[in-house]
Amino acid sequence: MQYASQEARQSAQQDVVLSVSSVKKQIGGKPIIKDVSFEVRSGEIFGFLGPNGAGKTTTIRMLVNLIKPTSGEILICGEDIGRHPEAALRHVGCIVENPEAYSYLTGWENLEHFARMLRGIDNARIREVAAIVGLDSRIHDKVKTYSLGMRQRLGIAQALLGRPKLLILDEPTNGLDPKGIKELREFVRMLASQGMSLFISSHLLSEIQLMCDRVAIISRGEVLAVGTVDELIHGADNYVVWQFEQPEAGRRLLAGDGDVELVPEHEHQIDESLLGMREAVITAMNPDRISSLVEKAVRAGIGIVSVHCVAPTLEQLFLRMTEGESIG
Amino acid sequence: MKALDRLLPLIQNETLKIWKKKRFFVIVLVLMIIIPIFTYAQHRIDETNKKNFKDWRNELVQQISEYQNTLSSDRIPEEWKRSRRIAVQQLQYYLDHDVNPNSPDGVTFTRSFLSNAVTLFFPLLVLALASDLVSGERTSGTIKMLLTRPVRRWKILFSKLVALSFYVSLTVVVSAVLCYLISGAVFGYNGWGMPVFTGFVIHGSSVESGFAHAIPQGLYLLMEAGLIWVSAMTVALLALMVSVLVRSTAASIVAMMAAVISGTILSNMASSWQSAKFIFSVNLQLTNYLAGSPPITGMTLGFSLVILACWGITSLIVSFFVFTKQDILN
Repeated sequence: MQYASQEARQSAQQDVVLSVSSVKKQIGGKPIIKDVSFEVRSGEIFGFLGPNGAGKTTTIRMLVNLIKPTSGEILICGEDIGRHPEAALRHVGCIVENPEAYSYLTGWENLEHFARMLRGIDNARIREVAAIVGLDSRIHDKVKTYSLGMRQRLGIAQALLGRPKLLILDEPTNGLDPKGIKELREFVRMLASQGMSLFISSHLLSEIQLMCDRVAIISRGEVLAVGTVDELIHGADNYVVWQFEQPEAGRRLLAGDGDVELVPEHEHQIDESLLGMREAVITAMNPDRISSLVEKAVRAGIGIVSVHCVAPTLEQLFLRMTEGESIG
Repeated sequence: MKALDRLLPLIQNETLKIWKKKRFFVIVLVLMIIIPIFTYAQHRIDETNKKNFKDWRNELVQQISEYQNTLSSDRIPEEWKRSRRIAVQQLQYYLDHDVNPNSPDGVTFTRSFLSNAVTLFFPLLVLALASDLVSGERTSGTIKMLLTRPVRRWKILFSKLVALSFYVSLTVVVSAVLCYLISGAVFGYNGWGMPVFTGFVIHGSSVESGFAHAIPQGLYLLMEAGLIWVSAMTVALLALMVSVLVRSTAASIVAMMAAVISGTILSNMASSWQSAKFIFSVNLQLTNYLAGSPPITGMTLGFSLVILACWGITSLIVSFFVFTKQDILN
């Protein structure tokens, strides 16, 4: 029995593509990253969630050897990034912050440039990655004529060139339109289904929820929690937002129900764009009760414009995790 | 051999990037504009001289007497006088040996153009190539792509260095060739065999012409180009270091230009401040040693070469140390 479990643990360890253990970084005497540890397994989409300034980009820069950690260890496919960067980076494709490219070269020349820095990448592979990201028609144009979305695609193509086991994307949806974001999600899932691990940072909980299997939550240079997305998000208050034709009557009806808790205006932190123009009544309640409450309202002659559930924001999640301590 | 196989594609990358940035085209364009202007100026000087002097010997004689007049003036600083005295002795030597030092032909023009260009013009061209080599990658953010590939950082800087050396060499060669071709169209394409005197040894304020000997001007031009290459490479290595240290390309150009220009000014003030001879930019005018006039008393070609080598090697060490260790924060 013991033997079997040991074997299972070993194979689980082999499956770890990226292992970060108690990494710290001081810049100019200031601790920027206080303690970051997590593991990314093969074939999973790993989210790295935190507000702006929490240390996401600094951590990512340490993963790809742009910054050297003050202490701690980073292993990529078992190779120490500090001691054998050549061996470790062979398994990584990445976009750090914005997708950069040489604007005076064409897309193709950019890919050729980065292919020359890898081993065994031929023109067929360059054509292949250009086709994967759907850039084949414009690949021979100068990059300065590209839109942000196309630069993003070129960046991903560049990152995929060396057939990496781990793809690191830093805020990949930044600057993309909704259609682009949807395409990116599908693309990420497609890559993961082929066995690639993805490490995606974001400050938007909804984005991580839609894309990732597991997530690490970072705030002020510390990882607060690592777990599956469901584990971490489950239990966070789901809000139900009501909009009535007669807001006052609706509010009174909801307030009269013992299972419904009205949330005051200043407490909910729901993005205003989600609420729309009409006055909304925000409640904390079990979503199962919605249909019976709707029935009640209709019987009372109160017209309902909309009812919808709003997932908790990152802000709320943090409030729960840090027990009221505000995030910076 | 295996290491070289890995380095060659990187060098190809860096060479290609400088080419595609059209930096070298700019340099060629500048040369194509400047050289005809100077050729025309030289042409006008020749015409005036022809009007004034039926014989080039008269011109030399007049030049000598002019210099000697300035020597007797009290208001002229001592190091000017010294260089004038040396010039007078050389001119006398040319006169005695019946050699026209200013015979207007393509090779002579090229020789004097290159030797005048070594302190300011060549450093400027080199800066156009070297200043944004690293800082440019930082500004555009592509340094993040470059340094996250499975390639050691020193290899990336080394390939940049090789590409830079290649373009600096090319600049020296192309300048000489363009200068010869353009000026030759006006002055004629001869002058390769004309004897030029070199090997003057300076003791204090007197030129010892005992070691002076005539060499064909073609050979002289070749030696000159070699020395220009050394001084241009020193500027290139320093510019590379500044480009590693300074984030902004504009700042790195300004810093280097200031250093180069202050060097030329300082060499005129160096009689009172002898230690100025250890500054790299005072030593850039290596071609003067061929003609026999050091920028500061007591300086020799060997001394200048050693000083330039020290500056070059130091900047290489700093560049590689900082580039391989530094955190890329933006």
